[in-house]
Order: sequence, then C-alpha cells, then structure tokens
Amino acid sequence: MRLRKGEERYAAGLLTPAMLIVFGVIIIPIITTFIYTLVNIDPLSSHQGEFAGLSFYIRTLRSSEFWADLGRTLHFTIASTALETILGLLIAVLLNQKFPGVAILRSIIIIPWAIPTVVNGSLWKLMLNGEYGVINAVLEKLHLISSYQSWLGNPKTAMWCIILADTWKMTPLAVIFFLAALQGIDQSIYEAARVDGAGALKSFFSITFPAVRPTMMVIIVMRTVEKFKAFDIFYLMTRGGPANSTKTLMYDTYLQAFTNLNFSEAATLAYLIALAVALLTLVYIRLMRREENA
Amino acid sequence: MKRAASNATAGPVYKPRLSARAKRMRALEMFLGLILAVIVLAPVVWMLLSSVMLPVDLTAKPLKFIPDTLTFERYAQIFRSETSSDPAYVFRMALGNSLIVAVCVTLLSLVTGTMAAYAFAHVRFRGKGPLMMVILFTYMLPPAALIIPLYRIFTSLHWLDRKAPLIILYLSFIIPFIIWVMQDFFGSISRTFEEAAQVDGATRLQTLIHIFLPIARPGAIATGILAFLMSWDEFFYALIFTSSLNSKTMTIAIEEFNGKFTIDYGMISTAGILGSLIPVLITVIFQKYIVMGMTAGGVKE
Repeated sequence: MRLRKGEERYAAGLLTPAMLIVFGVIIIPIITTFIYTLVNIDPLSSHQGEFAGLSFYIRTLRSSEFWADLGRTLHFTIASTALETILGLLIAVLLNQKFPGVAILRSIIIIPWAIPTVVNGSLWKLMLNGEYGVINAVLEKLHLISSYQSWLGNPKTAMWCIILADTWKMTPLAVIFFLAALQGIDQSIYEAARVDGAGALKSFFSITFPAVRPTMMVIIVMRTVEKFKAFDIFYLMTRGGPANSTKTLMYDTYLQAFTNLNFSEAATLAYLIALAVALLTLVYIRLMRREENA
Repeated sequence: MKRAASNATAGPVYKPRLSARAKRMRALEMFLGLILAVIVLAPVVWMLLSSVMLPVDLTAKPLKFIPDTLTFERYAQIFRSETSSDPAYVFRMALGNSLIVAVCVTLLSLVTGTMAAYAFAHVRFRGKGPLMMVILFTYMLPPAALIIPLYRIFTSLHWLDRKAPLIILYLSFIIPFIIWVMQDFFGSISRTFEEAAQVDGATRLQTLIHIFLPIARPGAIATGILAFLMSWDEFFYALIFTSSLNSKTMTIAIEEFNGKFTIDYGMISTAGILGSLIPVLITVIFQKYIVMGMTAGGVKE
C-alpha cells in the first residue's frame, strides 16, 4: 500500500507541469463555450443575455446552410482522404521496389509535407492564378485548354483546387506510413506466391493489401479528423468563396465568430464539430486497441 | 517498425541478369519514378524560379518557363530593409518571431511532455486510461471550440499581440501530442533496465535521468522536431491573437502578402521559400527520426 501511494505521488509530480499548462488553457474556455451555446450572448441580438436552452442547436441543425456547409466539408474530407490514401499506397508500392534512383525518390518525397500549409496555399494560389498562373500556361501549351481559366474563381472548380493543393502536400505522409508497413512484409512470401503462379495483381490483393490494412485504417481515421477541422488552406486560397463554394463548417464557424459576431451560433457550430471529432477519436482508439490485441 | 530496415539491406550484393520481362518492369518503374519526381518537385522549383524572376517575366503571356535574367533583389530586400512599413521588413521580423516561439514551444513541450509520457508508460496511477483519452481528445480538439472565450480572457488580461501567451496556446495542443507519441515510445522500452537500476540502489529520478532518457533520446529528437514543425506551421491562433511586429508570425506575414498589399508574385514566392527553408532542411536531414516519431504515434505493428 505504501509503495502504491509513492507511485501515485511520483506520477502526480511528473504529470503536474504538463497538465497545468494544458488544462489551464483549455478548461475554462471549453466550459464557457458550452455556456455560450445555451445562453444568447450575441452582441447584436435583441435577446442578448437570455437563456436559450437547446434552441441554438435546433436552429443550426434545421438550417439549410449548416447542411450545405457539412456537405462541402465532407466533399473536401472524403475526396482528399481517399486520394491521399490511394495515391499514398500506390506510390509506396513503387518506392518499395528496387530500381535506379529509388533512394533519391524516397528522400525527396517528404519535401511537400515539410512545406508549411500557409506557403502551400499561397504557392497553389499563384500557380492556379487565372491571369498569369503557370498551370494555365502549361495546360494551354499542351492544348488541354484553349484559354486561361480562373480555377479558383469558378464555384465548380474551387473546391477541387483546394483538394489538389492539400493532396500534393499530404500524400507524402501516407507514403511514409505505407512504406514502413510494406518494409515489414517478408519478401519470401512474394517469392512463394510467384512460384505458386500468382500474378502481380493477385499478390497485391492477397499479400500486400492485408499487410497494410491496419496502417490504412489509421491513416484514414487520422486524416479524416484533420481534414474535418481544416481551416488554414481555405482561408489562404478562397476564404470560403466563390459563392460559398468552399465554405466548410470550420470556415463558417470563423465567419460567424469574427465577421458576423454571432458568438452563440459560432459556439454551437464549434461544439458540433468537436462532437464529430470526439466520435472519430473514439473510432481511432478502438482501431489502435484492436491492432494492439491482434 | 523496428524491424523495418532488415530486408532493405539484407543479402550480399550480386547482380542477377535480368530477364526481358524484368527489364521492361524496371523501365516502367523508372518511368513512373520520373513522373513522381516531377510532380513532387515542379511546384517547389516553380516557387524558387518565381522568387528570382523579373516581375515582367512573371506576368508574361505566353509564359517563358526558363527566364533569361534572374534577380536576387527580393532576397536582398528581405534581409536588408529597415523601413517598418515595408512588407519585406515585416516578413523578416515575423520569421524571427516564429523562430523564437517555435524554439520556446519545442523546449517547454519536450520537457513537460516527456515527464508526463514517462508517467503514463511506467508509473502506476489511478485513472490513467481515461486521462489518456482526455489528452488525445485535447490534441484533436478544434481550436474553434475555445477561441471566443480565449479571445475575451486574453483581451481582459492584456495578452493580445504578445509572444508569451501565444507560446502557452501552442503548448496546449503540442504537449498532448508529445505525450501521446512518447508514451507509446516509452512503452516499448523494457522495464527490466529500471528494475536493475533500482536493485542497484538508484532512486526513481536517477533511473529516469541516467537510464531512461539516454535510451529515449531518438524518440525525444523525433517528437521535438515534430513539435517545432507544428509550431512553425500554426496559423489559426496566430491569426486571432497577433497583429503587430511584437508577435506576428511567419504564417501571418505570408498571408498578408496574399491579401493586404498588392499581390506581388515574386515576393510571395520569396517569402514562401524562406518560410519553408527551415522545415524542409530539418525534415530532409532528420528524415529517419521524423518517420519514426510519426509512425510511433500512429501505427503499431
């Protein structure tokens, strides 16, 4: 019993500095934000200071704007996560082969990931520019387009531009995870499969894919959380425009809080996002536990 | 992860003669590799070129992909400008602010996070599981859920536009990240080292410092680098809480190049190159550590 008490005191000593900083910053704001979702604090509202109950949640969930925001958030989240996962796996399989130059490729592949998000956003914004952008110049030279297009100014293409920029930066992360998983596969299994007459596709689906599946699940959940709350790249590239075509839940939260000064609406949106993130985190922990027990 | 290197270097070096099919396969792999290299490098090379191209060439139509004349004037302007209203000067100061903030965040988060991670991995205490869940959730939490009260609190404390509060804010999500990755890394280190040291009469703190930390050094380097990169990259809090040269970070200065001032393609590219220099160099040099740190936090084999 005395030993146990000593252990706990030791743990408390080690944990205190970290917990003081983390919870010191988080606890009051997270509770206050929750109160904001229940009490109208909008400075411009005639009902300021009144208890609102769940009416902010109900109003948000009933508004078509919320569902449109959610749709755009899911568009970005699903498309970029899927692209990064698929491209990441294919590139990792390529980089796991032995051919001249592969060592150089393996070391440069990480570069896009290292470029700050803000720089990545402005770089793609420049390249996609409708008047002078290099992407227009290249596409025109290849005769893929007849005249320069305003990719970011067109509601039909703006979201795909952001997905492109994000995929370019973040696919290397998936590549690195997949490469680590691929290098854990015993090469002799492939030999054996070849002897048994299995082709490249067959051995990919019966050996490679099962081996990287756990990694893939972790990447998908981890990236989904990150994408769901992405903000920087939207602020940098489109600010939610044109015609709201890139206005996601996170971006709307920012607009409500800092442009429209609808604090209670913003707090409610933020709580709904946090709820989704919490659910995804639980899925993530489940996955990790299953991997540990497997 | 730890046995990853084995088959990459295994076996004696010999060159078997390739069959026609294997040769074709190799040619295909090299071709795909080349395309990949172009996709990865072209945007970076273009940013580099844009930073040294004359303004006339940047807006030329049709675009000349290889310029005749290069200019390093923009780099010189960023390093030399002494006018406080000059965006180039603002950017240089912001780079300095980012560096100060990132270094402080890295050191503070490493020390406090490592201590806490050690407790999670090797000390018994009640409520460990739930606390770890809270820590992980804190790391994943969108800052939007905190921002309005934080803004009000910081305003009343006169903490706006200062570096120290920004550092504390960054610590609040980087420490949880370090704990999450490091406790996993510590968990893989056997307890027998510690038990042996304790039998020899070492105190727990001595064991931690003399036995444990040296073994954990690679993990600490990895997470330290990731902490630095996360701080260097941060945008949202900086957008809300910084406004002047006092505390404005690199990310905000770059954003301002895009909006506030007339759009100057060359300057945005130059700032982008300078803002990417430190993270890209760190990442390429310490690639092995970073890969280890990231995969330790995410995947278990």
